Amino acid sequence: MRKVYLDHAATTPVHPKVLEAMLPYFSVKFGNPSNLHDVGREAKNAIEEARSKTAALIGAKPDEIFFTSSGAEANNFAMKGLVQANNQKGNHIIVSQIEHFSVLHPVKTLEKSGFKVTYINTDKTGLVDPTDVAKAITKDTILVSIMHANNEIGTIEPIEEISKVTREKGILLHTDAVASAGWIPVDVLTLGVDALSLSGHQFYGPKGAGALYVRKGVRIKPQIEGGVQEDGRRAGTEDVPAIVGLGKAAELAATDILNRKKYVSALRDQLQQGLTDRIDHLVINGHPTKRLPHNLNVSMWYVEGESMLLFLNMQGISVSSGSACTSRALKSSHVLVCIGTDAAVANGTLLLSLGTGNSKEDIDYVVETLPPIVQRLREMSPLYEDMIKKTK
Amino acid sequence: MEQYSSKVMEHFAQPHNVGEIPDADGVGTVGNPVCGDVMRLYIKVKDNFITDAKFKTFGCGAAIATSSMVTDMVKGKSIEDALKISNAAVAEALGGLPKVKMHCSVLAEEALKSALNDYYKKKGIPSPVQMPVESGHEHEME
Repeated sequence: MRKVYLDHAATTPVHPKVLEAMLPYFSVKFGNPSNLHDVGREAKNAIEEARSKTAALIGAKPDEIFFTSSGAEANNFAMKGLVQANNQKGNHIIVSQIEHFSVLHPVKTLEKSGFKVTYINTDKTGLVDPTDVAKAITKDTILVSIMHANNEIGTIEPIEEISKVTREKGILLHTDAVASAGWIPVDVLTLGVDALSLSGHQFYGPKGAGALYVRKGVRIKPQIEGGVQEDGRRAGTEDVPAIVGLGKAAELAATDILNRKKYVSALRDQLQQGLTDRIDHLVINGHPTKRLPHNLNVSMWYVEGESMLLFLNMQGISVSSGSACTSRALKSSHVLVCIGTDAAVANGTLLLSLGTGNSKEDIDYVVETLPPIVQRLREMSPLYEDMIKKTK
Repeated sequence: MEQYSSKVMEHFAQPHNVGEIPDADGVGTVGNPVCGDVMRLYIKVKDNFITDAKFKTFGCGAAIATSSMVTDMVKGKSIEDALKISNAAVAEALGGLPKVKMHCSVLAEEALKSALNDYYKKKGIPSPVQMPVESGHEHEME
């Protein structure tokens, strides 16, 4: 049976060249970068090289990169660290409603400790309107955080326009680029951001390594204390192999990004066309053009996401579902709720995310396999039965 | 999430008793598409015994598997015995359910009781059916 992995938004495989770069740092070059002897220096040099490569991917300077354990940690670090280091200037934070939970939850924590938060709505395609950000700004605003691209629906936000607003008012702007870095060009100077999060395993690096870019001169309070690592911003002996892997993945992405983008977007378009042609009552979520090249988020009426996921899995196809049933609260995705997706159809959502390892034949196979699954589930669905009876 | 048991996957992949009974003696629809599952259960009753049961379900793997199992369990039972089928019994017959999916077994019990309720209503007999108190769903479908 053909195996097709279409869940690159969950994680990507480690690129063979990344693995090759990492391997010596487990047992041969095993040193602690904080040590002055040669064994330590070897590890220190490796993470500094990785820092330069990671910086180069996003147009930053190496000393503006702070390694973390994940994209989630980078987001937590940014939210809490930037707010706590700048709270003498005010107590107001602005975020969008469709941020990842690793932004929204620390913001909730800050809200509970007394900070004021404005949650900006998006339009039906998931776009934040920069004028809404401008309107939400008060004299107490210290931080705005709007994601570069949404991890579920792939919509790419107008960060360049938002940064014009924040720059003019002297307010810090963070962007969560976990979903976008490595897939579309990301340049901190063009974007005009003060901080940016990324994650290695989202673009063929290993799990366990993320990074936060913090523009030189911007103050941030460490969240893990008790060591001099990462220029005193993040204590803890560095995960050298993972950091080396992130660096290598960043280097590969930087040299190949336009090809990568072109390759996956062609496959995505093929997939979208194929499914749209064969499945009726289907909704494509997100922005039609301002969207990540490897993202396809589709909702299908009268069927439930997890059932589709399980049947696809039996046919060797791995995808994600946005179904309420997998969440304890029986709530569908906060992103789909925000863009106004009908709650009934939101439960019939699949997130198909492509990668460079997918082929045209893989997509043909998915386009062939999914429609009969949808049909079978619809024939089993009382909602479909009701709809057919109503239209008759 | 916890893995589904092999029994759940069996009933999900090849569910028993899918379909409608056009001249059903009782039909019950419970759940809500917003919460992610809707079950419709049909029963045919003869001489106080359930001779046939079918279902249609919109929902996750556990919702389809519990629908399949509850319709299996109810066939051939007297009305009185059918009323004794609990959500826990459905879950147990499936080799257990992940914790977050226990509400699907509650829904299966509700669907059965709702169908039995409908049967009594059609017969014009006061219904002895007590709907389960603990429901995973706040709203019922009309």
